[in-house]
Order: sequence, then C-alpha cells, then structure tokens
Amino acid sequence: MVKYCELFYSFFKIGTFTIGGGYAMIPLMEQEIVDRRGWLSREEFLNQLALSQSMPGVLAVNMATGLGYRLRGLRGAFSAIAGNIVMPVLFIITLAMLFRHFRDNPYVERFFMGVRPAVVALIAAPVFRLAQSAKVTWATCWIPILAALLIWLFDVSPILVILAAVVLGFVYGRMKKQ
Amino acid sequence: MVFLQLFWTFLKIGLFTFGGGYAMIALIQSEVTVNHHWLTPQEFTDILAVSQMTPGPVGINTATYTGYTAVLNAGYEPWQAVAGALLASGAVILLPVVLMLVAVIFLQRNKGNKDIDNIFSLLRKVVVGLIAAAALQLLTADSFGMPSLSLQFILSIAVFVAVFFFSLRRTSPILLILASGVVGIIVYSLFPL
Repeated sequence: MVKYCELFYSFFKIGTFTIGGGYAMIPLMEQEIVDRRGWLSREEFLNQLALSQSMPGVLAVNMATGLGYRLRGLRGAFSAIAGNIVMPVLFIITLAMLFRHFRDNPYVERFFMGVRPAVVALIAAPVFRLAQSAKVTWATCWIPILAALLIWLFDVSPILVILAAVVLGFVYGRMKKQ
Repeated sequence: MVFLQLFWTFLKIGLFTFGGGYAMIALIQSEVTVNHHWLTPQEFTDILAVSQMTPGPVGINTATYTGYTAVLNAGYEPWQAVAGALLASGAVILLPVVLMLVAVIFLQRNKGNKDIDNIFSLLRKVVVGLIAAAALQLLTADSFGMPSLSLQFILSIAVFVAVFFFSLRRTSPILLILASGVVGIIVYSLFPL
C-alpha cells in the first residue's frame, strides 16, 4: 500500500523541480510514478493523462488528483495535490515580495537562458516512449501526427481534437463489433 | 470586496480552461487586466515571465501572483495579500479537482466497459500528438534565440540535442534542468551577449 507521505513526497519533488508548466511535469511524473516507484503501469498512466487533458483546469493538478485517487483514494488525491503545489505557491509568494530586487540579476537571467531549450527537449523526448505504450504502430502513427499538426499548424483547439477522438473511438468500437 | 471577487474570478477561470496553463493565460489576462483592473498589462507580463521561470504549473503560479498583487494594490497589508494569494490558488483548482474525482470514480466503477476501453485506446494515441504539439509550440525565439549564427542559438540547439539524448536514456530531468542552467550561467558569463 502506498503511504500518504510517500505520495506527498513524490509530488512535492515533481512540483518543486519542474520549470515551464504542466507539460514539463509529465516526464517527471512518468519517471517517478511508473519507472522509479512502479505504482502504475505506463498504460494506466497514459489513461490518466488522456483524462486530465480532457478535463478543465491545471494539467499538473488534474494529474495529481487522478493519480493520487487511483493510488490511495480521496486522501491520496489530496496528499498528491498538496505536495504538487505547496512549493510553487510558497515560491511565488516569496518572489512576489522580492521580485523587483532580482528581476534583472544577470546570473538568474543566464540560468534561465540555459534552461529554456532544455525544457522543450524534456517535453519532446517522452513522445516516442509514450507512443510505444499507446501501441502506436506504423499503421496508426498518422493519428498522433495528425493530432499534433492540427493543433500546431492549424490552431485547432485541443478540446476539439479530444472530443473528436472520444466520438470516433466510440463509433469505431461499435462498428468493429458488428 | 477584492477577496470575494478574486475567489469568484479564479473559480471561473479554473472551470473554463481546457488544455492546461498556457490556455489559461488569455482568460486570466482579460479578467485581471481588463475586467477588474487588478494589474496593469505591464505587471501581467512580469507575472508571465516569472511563472515560466519558476517551479510549478503556470496556472497556479499566475493565480498565486495575481492574488497577492491584487490585494496589495487594493491597499491591504502584506499578510492579507498572502491570504489573497492562497485564496486565488485554491479557487483556480477547486472545481477541476471535484470534476476529476467524479470522473475517476465513474471510470473505476465502469472498468471493463468496451465502449470506454475503445475510447481510451484512441485517446491514448491522440494524447501523444497533444504532447508533441506542446513541444512544437515551444520552438520559438523566446526559448532558443533568433535562428542565426549567434551564440545563444547554437548553444540552445546543443542543449536541446544533449537533453533530448540524455532524457531518452532516462537521465533524471531534474539533473538535466540544473545542468542546463549551470551551463547557461558559465557560457553566458564568459561570453556576454
């Protein structure tokens, strides 16, 4: 049984060390929950990711809620959420108090200039790993590619893409059965 | 009453944003700078810069910072501003958390339902595309510098390739972020732009 404090600690680490928002958190969550702790299978993780993206709200908090609940019920969900946001909130409050003093510090600026491309690479790298566990094959690789292109090049809202997938998945399943 | 307005506004923002923090930004901006005049557009841009450079989800960061600054700008004490920050952060996640719990409970009760399995089988593939799109959308001059033979652009590409490679080999992302930051400090200090 997963302990509440372990859940809190895992999400605490994830929340504290992710710069660049929810998508940057995905690889850390995957590594911590699936690889290091072995709490969920990669497929369960992907199911939760799909669900989190289909619902309103902050992606990382949605993930913490769903994963926490799957592991330890309601209290698990709250442990994960608390762990996930406590440092960011404290950090921002401190920063809001001090911001004007070190906004222009050159070392802070240089640190982040180095970090920004790394964040993009961290988001890009798990795409291939996740594709494997989503059972994307040569025959089906057009699905994620089409979804990415629709959003990136044609500014289609991700909500629409998700809704279309829900409807098509349902219809395709029904047709296959007959 | 700024506290009540903060709570109500961020409750709305949480409920009506799909697609994560970056999708939230436009909504927060119109509520905070246009509808309520809590922040000037300049202050809002500052917040965005800070949110992208600090740990945590962008949506939470923005709510926290706005809550703090709005209460302070309304003439309250700093400790009340801290309460405002906590209030806005709580409000922005309240409804999504409830909805997510309902959804997970529903799915667990209906485990093995063929329709739901089919839907998620396709959704899992689509989600891979959504993450790819998130990475593609970040390929900007903001992250990499202008595409040219400048030091920043070349170093950024090098960092991107190195981090991509090590990430595939399961090096800890935390280590990679810290290492990239240190490389940034060293290189840009030796060769100021």
